[in-house]
Amino acid sequence: MWEEMKMDSSVFVMGEDIGAYGGAFKVTEGFLDEFGEDRVIDTPISEAAIVGAAIGAAHMGLKPICEMQFIDFIGSAFDIIVNFAAKVRYRTGVGAGIVIRGPCGAGGRAGPFHSQNVESYFANVAGLKMVAPATVSDAKGLLKSAIRDPDPVLFFEHKFLYRRLKDDLPADTDFVVPLGQARTHREGSDLTIVTYGAMLYTVEQAADRLAEEEGVKVEILDLRTLRPLDVDAITASVRKTGRLLIVHEAPSFGGFAGEITAQVCEKAFEWLDAPIRRVAALDTPVPYAAPLEDAHLPAVDDVLATARGQLAY
Amino acid sequence: MGESITEGTLTRWIIAVGETVDRDEDLFEISTDKVDADIPSPAAGVLAEVLVNEGATVEINTIVARIETDANEFSASSDSGGQPIVDTAPIPVEPADLSSPSPQKAAKQPVEMVPMGQKERLRTRSTPLVRKIAMEHGIDIGVIVGTGANGRVTRDDILAYIEAKKTSGGELVTVQETVTTATSRPTTPPIETPSTLVPPTATGSIRVPIHGATLDIKLGSVPIRENDRVEPMSRVRLRTMEHMLMSKRVSAHVTSVNEIDFERVVRLRRSMKAKFSEHGVKLTYAPFIYRAVIEALREYPILNASVDGTRIVYHANINLGIAVALNDGTELIVPVLKDADHLSLLGLAQGVNELAEKARSKTLDFDDIQGGTFTITNVGVFGNLFGMPIINQPQVAILGTGVIEKRPVVMEDAMGNDVIAIRHRAYFGLSYDHRVVDGAMAAFFLNKVQDCLENFPEETG
Repeated sequence: MWEEMKMDSSVFVMGEDIGAYGGAFKVTEGFLDEFGEDRVIDTPISEAAIVGAAIGAAHMGLKPICEMQFIDFIGSAFDIIVNFAAKVRYRTGVGAGIVIRGPCGAGGRAGPFHSQNVESYFANVAGLKMVAPATVSDAKGLLKSAIRDPDPVLFFEHKFLYRRLKDDLPADTDFVVPLGQARTHREGSDLTIVTYGAMLYTVEQAADRLAEEEGVKVEILDLRTLRPLDVDAITASVRKTGRLLIVHEAPSFGGFAGEITAQVCEKAFEWLDAPIRRVAALDTPVPYAAPLEDAHLPAVDDVLATARGQLAY
Repeated sequence: MGESITEGTLTRWIIAVGETVDRDEDLFEISTDKVDADIPSPAAGVLAEVLVNEGATVEINTIVARIETDANEFSASSDSGGQPIVDTAPIPVEPADLSSPSPQKAAKQPVEMVPMGQKERLRTRSTPLVRKIAMEHGIDIGVIVGTGANGRVTRDDILAYIEAKKTSGGELVTVQETVTTATSRPTTPPIETPSTLVPPTATGSIRVPIHGATLDIKLGSVPIRENDRVEPMSRVRLRTMEHMLMSKRVSAHVTSVNEIDFERVVRLRRSMKAKFSEHGVKLTYAPFIYRAVIEALREYPILNASVDGTRIVYHANINLGIAVALNDGTELIVPVLKDADHLSLLGLAQGVNELAEKARSKTLDFDDIQGGTFTITNVGVFGNLFGMPIINQPQVAILGTGVIEKRPVVMEDAMGNDVIAIRHRAYFGLSYDHRVVDGAMAAFFLNKVQDCLENFPEETG
């Protein structure tokens, strides 16, 4: 964001506690001093107002980046996102080039209102883009693309990864990762696992164990962008392996895995040698108590059990 | 009925066609591998039609009858373990005539009224990918041996078939023994749950599943001469056959033998017999042997373990399997005495007598034959000196106890002179899995059993 703000003076940030406080997760620490009050705006506690103001600013030619302090609070802005931001280009010809970013995801014992993954709430809405990076370089490259994108982009940063991932970035500070493109995280031949966000690391562990214990080569596909979905990457991988497993942290019912399953059945049914399966969280609110949260979330053993079922089919 | 039961024989219709039957009233009798049962009617009504006759053996979920109720027709099926009733074509248990192995498609039998069932479909239609490959190459999936679940032809199977056809120029060459270790198949569930039994195909080969691999053994055809009698194997025999072959392939069998001096136990038994029969329990040598085995298992728990891939599972419970011969020695069953280490001598005696009685009267239930951690087989009851038994998977050892008989034995008297004494002695043969039990450990175990028996404490039972 810093680089984008330096390069383009129309880019600005707004959100709760992002200025003086530097943000609940310190994402915007130092921004206020560097860019000033006009471009680092501490807002009142009203997500609807944040997004509404952002859309207005976008219509005036600016490039706002809204922060939802916890992505769970995006519900308060649901109407303005779905009924305005997503549809305004369709209705008026003038798009809302805003980014709405925020920390999503569970694992930190933060309870039901600070741990959700909200992609399914918006999946059905034409006019929105949704991004969920899993690696450091993807996070940077995709955010740049999102900021430059003329359409509303929801940008989900998994809070569990905020401090846990550290990586070297490419020297080219202006590298962007285009939206709508999945990335093959690991090549394989026996089973394709499609995932995104923090689940990438759970999937990695499961794939390591399958390779070690059973000589199985899992191909891991990191979606990176959820909408638009890179279904071609998925079907290409299914053609290679014949087996598909989808893993996401959001609960199972109505989750993204259902959409992917339907699309793969439409486009690559003849290439399947086993049923498509998914591993996702239980259909409950995210529990606060540690053992309950662990039971709620998909674990490495869950992925292993399901994968083994498919491999043995 | 139990997860492992895949088929049963309808032995007797209790209600006749045309008779009314109440809901839950016994409708027909079935006989399965281990257990006979009466099946209650799922609805009240009139028995309209019987689809399976007495004596016929059918797969689970086969519709056996139709009952007309007031509301509508209701079908009674041979297994309603909470599963949806799926029509299946009954598959005959008798394999084709062994003398002329004409290539029949085992899956395609003339079906009269019921459409294809799920297992059938899986075997002949497999998955989209396999169908696609089959169509592209003009292959009938039914002729390929499948290594997938329920005998399904997998992608690897059909690709291998195509490769083989290419390399042999037309006619498929069957290798004598092909072990397909599918790298894409991870550890299957523990062997405790019996695998799908595939009756020998018409081409005379059998498949033995082992830990994620399957062993395909092509049998040469057996010459059958004029006065020979050919009999199809019973379910129990098929199961035993499969298990024994698999066990020999899975475990590295070694047998060690000790000779036990039984003089003390003989004396103890004589003195305790009366007291036990007051409790209505016949006291044999068995409970003494079990006690000794339990002590030794406690001290050497590796003999009470299982192998799971590259891990050893040390079982917390000591569940003793006791081999019982049935039907004039034509059948073998191993009921399990659970938590035997919590039983006193009296408890052991009662337990084993109960199990043996249940076995003989075919009233064992599924719980009685699951969960064993160590097995004891009494080869001596028939007079054998000792045996080298086959391990009962997924255990790692089995003890064969030989006949207890009087033998001349060299012993030292009180003054250190060698004398010949007449003693009750028995050979104990311990077969063990050398994957995890080495000779020394087996020796320690056997020596401990010997020590316990030779110095058996005076017990009040």
